[in-house]
Order: sequence, then structure tokens, then C-alpha cells
Amino acid sequence: MDASYITPFMTSIQNVFSTMFQLPVEIGEPRLKTDSTTSHDVSGIIGVSGEMVGTIVLSMPGEAAESIVALFTGEQMAVDTDDFADAVGELINMISGNAKAEFQRKSVSISCPSVVIGSGHRVASNSGTPCVMIPCTTDCGEIVLEIALRESDEVASTKSAAA
Amino acid sequence: MRILLIDDSKTMRNIQKSVLKQLGYTDLEEACDGQDALSKIGAFKPELCLVDWNMPTMDGLTFVKTFRQTDKTTPLIMVTTEAEKSRVIEAIKAGVNNYVVKPFTPDLLSERIAETLAKCGVNT
Repeated sequence: MDASYITPFMTSIQNVFSTMFQLPVEIGEPRLKTDSTTSHDVSGIIGVSGEMVGTIVLSMPGEAAESIVALFTGEQMAVDTDDFADAVGELINMISGNAKAEFQRKSVSISCPSVVIGSGHRVASNSGTPCVMIPCTTDCGEIVLEIALRESDEVASTKSAAA
Repeated sequence: MRILLIDDSKTMRNIQKSVLKQLGYTDLEEACDGQDALSKIGAFKPELCLVDWNMPTMDGLTFVKTFRQTDKTTPLIMVTTEAEKSRVIEAIKAGVNNYVVKPFTPDLLSERIAETLAKCGVNT
């Protein structure tokens, strides 16, 4: 995957967490993901469409997610409540939207967020789209951003026809 | 001042409510998408609206275009993750008076609200 697809998400998660609740995020070494099981129990998911297609997942262990949501909303919420899911959805929405702005000259749209909670769940993405995991360390715990993005078939075929 | 907050995220509406209450605005109404907002406008008669862009049922841009067909003056501020210049231009063409990109600090949102109300000649 093109590194320019990954870097905006590293900057974005740091920007969102520091601006909204002053939580520093230390970015680890990105690595290729080899199975479809999400890294942790709580997943905020955004679909990407347009000239780029794929999914962005913010994957967090339950305890870390509870702490992060408490900082974000100012309230302690149980993981199984609608308000908790709403907060996780808004986090991945902001991270994805912010990163999307860095995809220069590409027309890209993001979906409304979905949130899945439960251990061992899977988030399926298009076959053939590589998924890169970005490990992030915070004072609330270890969390992961999973980026599965590629150019759309139309863009790829236009490029190969021009070559 | 009556302010309508239009965002599908309750979390985001709560954050905005908290900033607005700190600024002394307490007459607030909430809507979870553009359609919901249009259904509340007649009764609430907002003097300012904060509008998200990406929402289910009716997105913020469609709301702005629909709202501006009958109301050319009530100030509208788009509060969204859509940060590309082309999107900002599209929103301004549709009729928003100001634009705030998420994430934002309380200070930034306060500044944009004050700026918008001053520009639109609204007495607070």
C-alpha cells in the first residue's frame, strides 16, 4: 500500500485526540495485517468510496475505549450503551475525515460510522485490499488503527490505460 | 438566542451544548439529521443553526440548500469533518455563513459563533 495513504491517519489520530481531549498518542511501527479478526473488542468503522475504496477501523480494548470515551464525553459510560457507541463512531468519523483531507486531488467520500462491540469479531474488507495496522500507545492503553485502502477500479484502469 | 444543533452524533451535540452553555446560550434545540431539523424549524424558529455535513436520511448540504430556499438570513455554521477546500466552497455556495472543521477546541467554536453573529448583524 502507498505510504501516502497511511501517514494522514497517523497525524489525524494525534490531532483528534489532542484537540478534543488532550490525550497524546505515540505512533508505533505500521505493519501488514494478515487475518480479518480485529485487534480488540471495540471497533469504530468507516467505509471509504470514490476514487479510493476500503475501510478504516479504530480498534480498542474495552477498558481503553471506556477511558477514552470518558475523556471525550466527560462521562463514564458502559460499553454496551448507545451513547458509548455514538462516541466511538464520532471518534473514527473525525479521524477519517481529517485524514481524507490530506488525499490531495482525490475525490473521496466517507460513510456514516458503524460500531461493533464484542471479542473476536471480524471486519470484512474487499479481497485483495491490503490492511495496514498502526499501533498507537496512549495513557488509556494500546489501540490500533487499521487502514485497508486502495484506488478504485476506475482510477486504476484509467492509470493503466494511460501507461 | 435560539440555537438549533443538527448532528447525528449525540456526543457531538452534547459537546456543542456544553460550549454554548458556557457562552450563556441556553435556548437550544437538537436535531439528528436534516429532515429532523426541517421538521423542528417551524416551531423552534432558530436564530442560529450549527449543521453537520455527513448525516443519514438528509445530509447537511441538502438541509442548507432546502433551508435557504425560504430563509436567506438566519446564520448557518457548518461543523464537519469535511476539511477539503472544495467542500468548504461547496458549502458556502449553498448558503452557509461560516465553517468549522472537526476536531475543534471550545475556543475555536466560540470564536466562529461570535464572528458569524457579528457578520450577520445578529444581536446576542
